[in-house]
Amino acid sequence: MDTLTAVWTSIAVVAVANFAIKAAGPVLLGGRQLPRLVVDVIALLASAILAALVVVGTFSEGGGLNVDAQTAGVAVAGAAFLARLPMLVAIALGAVTAAVLRAI
Amino acid sequence: MAFALPTFVLAISFGVLARSLDWGVVAPIVASAVVFSGSGQFAVADVLGAGGSALAAIVAAVLVNARFAVMGVAVASTLEGGPLRRAFEAQATVDASWALANRGGGRFNREMLIGATLPQYVAWVGGTVLGVVAGDTIDAEALGLDVLFPAFFLGLLIDELRNGAEHIVAAGIAAGVALVLIPFTPPGIPIIAACVGALIGLRGAWTR
Repeated sequence: MDTLTAVWTSIAVVAVANFAIKAAGPVLLGGRQLPRLVVDVIALLASAILAALVVVGTFSEGGGLNVDAQTAGVAVAGAAFLARLPMLVAIALGAVTAAVLRAI
Repeated sequence: MAFALPTFVLAISFGVLARSLDWGVVAPIVASAVVFSGSGQFAVADVLGAGGSALAAIVAAVLVNARFAVMGVAVASTLEGGPLRRAFEAQATVDASWALANRGGGRFNREMLIGATLPQYVAWVGGTVLGVVAGDTIDAEALGLDVLFPAFFLGLLIDELRNGAEHIVAAGIAAGVALVLIPFTPPGIPIIAACVGALIGLRGAWTR
């Protein structure tokens, strides 16, 4: 399979699969109210998934763990969030930190 | 609109990456328009770029995006209409919108979910076009742009953690699980596995 065939095949299948993955819950469950226990778990899902997205986005590089200027930038943004600075300011501080560390 | 900015920048970097992998001009833009998933598209680009097969790329993308199945269950009762309309409304389930629409206690705001996704869709496709066309001139890492997405998610996480100790424990378990699994599993698995952190919500069954 040449590169472009593989690319187009992947795009087509992933587009359909992604649609189905997102639609599955809402279509199969309809508007039913979920049991209390399930709701209790869902209430904590955002914390769990966001923590994992932060960890993977910050430390995962080429299948291994990696600490670099990006890690420092994310840490600075985190400190800014804890200090209750506005979101865009905190993110900008993080990006500038990484850019400066890479420039020196 | 703050959430559309990291999306735009990430889309530019996807366009630049796909171009460098000889995807041509049309394929990356079509990919962003029909897949509309940063994690899924980067997974495909990573696997194909490393010489993997289309099948391997597809499996990687599906694993990375399996979290949307869980997130879809969470928003199911919030969406409206019959099965077809629900299926399309469910497409608004993307990380940032899902987190922004989260009202706590397992409740979600449908208007916020959809309203936050539409500008991100425009930013995602537009950014990809820009990345494909003008990408050679942009060095995303030198500008620190790779910090945007994790920093954005961290900001949303810190807001969540202010909701109580249970959230901090769930996030701590999730972060630990993800960190341990990263070196040993394909991309996507650490995020799915980290969902076990939310299971401490079951504790409520014993305490009430």
